[in-house]
Amino acid sequence: MYTPHTQADIAAMLETIGVASLDDLIRVPDDVALKVPLDIVPALPEYQIARRFAHFAEKNSGARATSFLGAGAYRHYVPPAVAALAMRGEFLTAYTPYQAEVSQGYLQTIYEWQTYICLLTGMDIANASVYDGATALAEGAIMAINETGRTRLLVSRAVNPNYRAVLQTYCSGLDVAIDELPIAADGGTDCSGVAAAVADKNYAAVILQSPNFFGVVDTLPKAAGQAALASETVPIAVIAEAMALGALATPASWDAQIVVGEAQSFGNALAYGGPYVGFIAATEKHLRRIPGRLVGKTVDKHGEPAFTLTLQAREQHIRRERATSNICSNQAHCALIATIYLALLGSTGLRDVAALNLERSRELASAVGGIDGCELRFNGPFFNEFVVRLRRPVEEVLAALRTRHILGGVPLGRFYPEYADSMVMTATELTTTGEIASLTAALKEIMHAPALV
Amino acid sequence: MPPRSSDHCAAPLIFEQGALGRANRYVESGKPLETFLPHRLLRDDLPLPDNSELDVVRHFTRLSHRTFGIDTGFYPLGSCTMKYNPRVNDAMANLPGMRDLHPWTDDALAQGALQVMYELERSLSSLFGMAAFSLNPSAGAHAELTALLIAKRYFKELGQTRRDKVIVPDTAHGTNPASAAMCGFKVISLPSDARGRVSLAEIEKVLGDDTAVCMMTNPNTLGLFEDDIRRIAAAVHAVGGLMYYDGANANALMGNARPGDMGFDLMHLNLHKTFTIPHGGGGAGHGPVGVAAHLVEYLPTPVVAWQADPDADPSLAPSDRLRFRLDFDRPKSVGPVRSFWSNFAHAVRALSYIYANGAQGLTKVSQLAVLNANYLRVKIGEFLDIPYDEPCRHEFVASAAGLKKRTGVRALDLAKALLDRGYHAPTIYFPLLVPECLMFEPTETESKETLDGFVAALREIVQTAERDPEAVLAAPVTTVVGRIDETRAARYPNLRWRPRGEALQR
Ligand SMILES: Cc1ncc(COP(=O)(O)O)c(C=O)c1O
Repeated sequence: MYTPHTQADIAAMLETIGVASLDDLIRVPDDVALKVPLDIVPALPEYQIARRFAHFAEKNSGARATSFLGAGAYRHYVPPAVAALAMRGEFLTAYTPYQAEVSQGYLQTIYEWQTYICLLTGMDIANASVYDGATALAEGAIMAINETGRTRLLVSRAVNPNYRAVLQTYCSGLDVAIDELPIAADGGTDCSGVAAAVADKNYAAVILQSPNFFGVVDTLPKAAGQAALASETVPIAVIAEAMALGALATPASWDAQIVVGEAQSFGNALAYGGPYVGFIAATEKHLRRIPGRLVGKTVDKHGEPAFTLTLQAREQHIRRERATSNICSNQAHCALIATIYLALLGSTGLRDVAALNLERSRELASAVGGIDGCELRFNGPFFNEFVVRLRRPVEEVLAALRTRHILGGVPLGRFYPEYADSMVMTATELTTTGEIASLTAALKEIMHAPALV
Repeated sequence: MPPRSSDHCAAPLIFEQGALGRANRYVESGKPLETFLPHRLLRDDLPLPDNSELDVVRHFTRLSHRTFGIDTGFYPLGSCTMKYNPRVNDAMANLPGMRDLHPWTDDALAQGALQVMYELERSLSSLFGMAAFSLNPSAGAHAELTALLIAKRYFKELGQTRRDKVIVPDTAHGTNPASAAMCGFKVISLPSDARGRVSLAEIEKVLGDDTAVCMMTNPNTLGLFEDDIRRIAAAVHAVGGLMYYDGANANALMGNARPGDMGFDLMHLNLHKTFTIPHGGGGAGHGPVGVAAHLVEYLPTPVVAWQADPDADPSLAPSDRLRFRLDFDRPKSVGPVRSFWSNFAHAVRALSYIYANGAQGLTKVSQLAVLNANYLRVKIGEFLDIPYDEPCRHEFVASAAGLKKRTGVRALDLAKALLDRGYHAPTIYFPLLVPECLMFEPTETESKETLDGFVAALREIVQTAERDPEAVLAAPVTTVVGRIDETRAARYPNLRWRPRGEALQR
């Protein structure tokens, strides 16, 4: 229960308050008083809680399998120093730093996070975080919608389908319509129609993800970017695999004005989907529309440097229904983890991780692409994942791999009926040559077996 | 020059330290990036600092010393439920079987995770009297948005698209109206009555066939129980509207009363308040959204579905005899509100906390939270005004308006003086209707000794204010910085470090 009260404490406190019993103190009107027994899990002493959760963890056999899963969540090496620092109680048990004088440390980590995101994306400003990559996209789109007063979005079909689904959910509340840009033969976005589409000044934003859901480096061609800017359509870049920022040209270099994304890859655990950490960065002119917390550097009354939450007139606690967003709690601790990770890796380390992701994924691609019955679907340049087309039904192949404790990839059929014969496969710096060899052996067997199990 | 060690010296930024090539060998690749991608796709430079692991460890350890958490001291921040965060919860979330599980793992190989989500969802539904919860939303505000989208979809389904008004009391948290606006609703603010509550008469004035949702919390943000809640809910239902419960104050209720029984159709919980998930400096939180039976099919996707496992050993616990799967096939759903299924590591923490308590323990938690708040209310009432002076629930508000009139010392100044005495400040200037408002929420995990020490410190501050206001106005003096120049922060925004000379180029 984690409550320190003795019977004597309770008696003394009740006497001070002037009520006879705890029951008298907490009584509620009879028409709302609880009348049914509660059906919740039984109370256990701590050593049995540990046993119960060890049992749950044991049942998650997928956590121990050889995995080629990515598609929006990535397995990367995390130095133990990350947890040792991030799990310090001062960080872990702080609230949002409303009282700046006793929160200088946390505020500084957020300022450093904002800086890291700016340096990586090439943008001028970044906020203190949002919930995850998908909500970052939705919030970034809302920035563009509010700025332009337009209610249509032009979104590449190669943007992570989970992100597009969340964008759709948010847009349903705002009566905003979404049009799609098609996928080109090389796995990038077909941007040939962008210039014509934006000319009518109907679109608030044009949205591309790079690397996209198929792993392909996918940027806005210069002419399309210029056409968008000329019609005041905001180019938005989505980054679902932040590790790629260690190698790829910044979204700023291809005219993005708002960059949104997911920074899970920077030190945050897979944890079956969360918590992760969304970021929003933008060029200076979007400053007043950016959602959520911002930390600024200023001075204290003695003129000494100090940090504080700032530009709060954008936020819900001041602006209420006229705020730029409803966000209050964000993902500060996940952003702290990412900040510590980036501090430890540095430019040398981050570049090396990116290089290893490029290398391991190429080793995987050439091994899988060399198997009869498996074929690389697209030939666009990729970062650490790619699409494989299978001669046999994808679900059957994945099931056969599972019996060999291999998680082979993420099937595309649920999101792209036209690619129902394909899956996304991912390799990171943690993917070993041995793992690739067992996968290849298994796939050869499966592809050539007369019938699948 | 290494960073100076005193916590009182300004800490250099990580960007002002290090030297290129001072790398840690976590990974190593000798290959140039051009081996893999054409030069035109690659970045020109990556201007991040290279620091040794020791310097990074010192940097963040130093910053932690400049940060106040529950582990540092008493944190009576109203509306935030800053209770002790048990370490066992973190250990459970960090089991490799939890931590390393990929969200795209097939359901069959993630049965333990799905069982955690199932057990948490079922427990919350029973505890708060809802038909079902979705673990999809990431925080309270996110859940408010989700719930209002559900309401919007529900009314659309009924053909009642005229319903575009959301009613929020003037004591409501800012996220309530902001969430309503994000769903395209118009906000109607409702004045509280003389007792600090929503009055039936007042709400009836604004109800109509354009009413969509009435958002309330109970106890409200003054810490007062809305004793008319059943009649208010009935009035809203009578015009066809829905009732939404903001669960930020759920720590007052467990085992005693349930939003479902009060007439609420939709609600959220802040698991990062009531269920001991660490706030981590402002998140990540976890904000499950709960619904009554008629709204279950609108919940975000996916939901955890279950069926009996025919092969299971009958001697096992009931939930161990089920098979679970993620169900995406929900045609009436509002759709997902986040990338993946839930803030799962936090679901583990919350369930671990429920296991530590059970139904009886959680009931006791709420009772003692209310006890601590009332004890503090009576003691603080000896030297500060308590505008609504009656038994409160888990929190209460005091006002420094009288003190300000006499001495010039405001709520803000009392807050800063508390920092000097090793305490975190209460929430100040919220709710908006109480002038010079101080909102105290002690939580149940604090001992009588801690509360007594806090009262003594605050009493001493108020006495000092009456005698020597300047001394209080100067606070804080013991912290690493003095009061912050907020105006300058907003007027000349400096939101990031820039490499030397770069500012000039732009
Ligand atoms: C009454 C109330 N409602 C809603 C919220 C928003 O919750 P969150 O910060 O989890 O989004 C808060 C948080 O402070 C609150 O106190």
